[in-house]
Amino acid sequence: MSTTTWDIELHNLSGGYNQTRILKGINGSLPAGKISVILGGSGCGKSTLLRHILGLNRPMEGSIRIGGHDFFTLDKSQFRKIRRRMGVLFQDGALLGSLTLGENVGLPLAEHTKLPKETIRKIVLHKLGLVGLAEYIDYYPNELSGGMRKRAGLARAIVMDPQILLCDEPTSGLDPINAAEMDQLLLSMKKHFPSMSIIVVSHDLESLNHIADNVLVINKGQAAYCGDLEGLQNSDDPYLKQLLSRQPNNIEQPAVSLGADIQAELSNWLR
Amino acid sequence: MQQQTGIQTNPVAALGRSTISFVNSLGDIFLFFLEGVRLIFSSPKQLTKIIRQMYFIGSKSLFVISLIGIFTGMVLGLQGYYTLVKFGSEGLLGAAVSLTLIRELGPVLTAIMITGRAGSSMAAEIGVMRISDQIDALDVMDINPMAYLVSPRIAASILCFPLLTALFDVIGILGGYLTGVTMLGINSGVYFYRIDTSVVMADVAGGFVKALVFGIIVSTISCYQGFNTHKRTDSVGPESVSNSTTAAVVLSCVLTLVSDYVITSFLL
Repeated sequence: MSTTTWDIELHNLSGGYNQTRILKGINGSLPAGKISVILGGSGCGKSTLLRHILGLNRPMEGSIRIGGHDFFTLDKSQFRKIRRRMGVLFQDGALLGSLTLGENVGLPLAEHTKLPKETIRKIVLHKLGLVGLAEYIDYYPNELSGGMRKRAGLARAIVMDPQILLCDEPTSGLDPINAAEMDQLLLSMKKHFPSMSIIVVSHDLESLNHIADNVLVINKGQAAYCGDLEGLQNSDDPYLKQLLSRQPNNIEQPAVSLGADIQAELSNWLR
Repeated sequence: MQQQTGIQTNPVAALGRSTISFVNSLGDIFLFFLEGVRLIFSSPKQLTKIIRQMYFIGSKSLFVISLIGIFTGMVLGLQGYYTLVKFGSEGLLGAAVSLTLIRELGPVLTAIMITGRAGSSMAAEIGVMRISDQIDALDVMDINPMAYLVSPRIAASILCFPLLTALFDVIGILGGYLTGVTMLGINSGVYFYRIDTSVVMADVAGGFVKALVFGIIVSTISCYQGFNTHKRTDSVGPESVSNSTTAAVVLSCVLTLVSDYVITSFLL
């Protein structure tokens, strides 16, 4: 099986967990060589879509085509071949706590190649250098900050020079400076690996404006927009406008009001 | 609808459902074990992981096994002496201590101690990895989580349990010597002579068979509970890890004792 381009195409994709349908017929395209941002509110199905692209969950309906191949109809060895060309940065890095940073980043190389330890260490140092963590190679994940763990997770994701890099909310939980650094890192990945498809799941608008070439917006499990960033910014769709301008929904007043006696009792306790 | 409610509240139907669920779980655990064993031989790189696990399960358990072994032997020596002396048979103390340890207490207490020390740790570690996406990360890196996490632990347990049991037996016999000979004045030669004449190879082999089976039970149950933490219906997140760990320890101990009875009934 040879794949020259690594475009990802979603055809009428429906999926979820157990019997709960979260994605409801998504169509869209995530082109190779670009940074595609999957955008949407909390709980809209972004991470679920990511798990489907990774092959961790099977679709209930529809298909995911990667490089022209229907991902879930491939036989086991072809499926694994494509899987090995993917790198993933999970939300908290998902580094193995019992291994050092160097061992974590070098794990795929140690498991899938017969490279000598010294060579693996040099490659690991190079990849950690790309994310600015070369000097922390012998540290354990619990000795690092959240931002550093994410960067280390990114180093592990790119250690096998993947064709598809998927990042699950890379800037969530980071301060503005660290978030900006993460954006810079993703842009530098695009520069270092021009043919790589970079897919970023996010709800960070600042980040979107900095890094996105292509955007897939999901609302209530359906694709609300798929196209370039400019098209999204010029869209007249009310939901997209609300999302981009951070307008809240009208939150109704609580139906059950707290009685005066309970309020008084609570105040008494809090005094 | 009424019929459905009737089925839900019918105790016989509830018992049936629980039984089916229990049998399903046992089948699931057995398949989990077979897959774990198959993957032991999946790559030469497994050897390093097995040695690492042997260090954790075996070497790091040496002290606690020795400690429990010596006191178990001492208690057996003490109790055995005061029982045997009533019949004027205190000379049989060596035989009583060694047979009790080699046939029963050695394998069972070793298994229970390692369940507490290493089994709980296996379930908790794998459980935490499950809820923090680490197992998914392995999967996505095309590293089989079963081969990486479960197989080395099962292999290491199969190798370590008999060795630790042997250590427990030897130290226990020395504990019996300490109370019987050093403290209560039984002749040293008689103590060892009785061991030599009463313990046969079948006793030792039986003890090792038990240790082997207990090793399989403890490692499989502990890894299974940790690996399937996310499937628990009674809890989620950190609480599910806690419940998986508890279930691993309780189930391992119960199945150790149940299988001990079954194996003993076949061996005798």
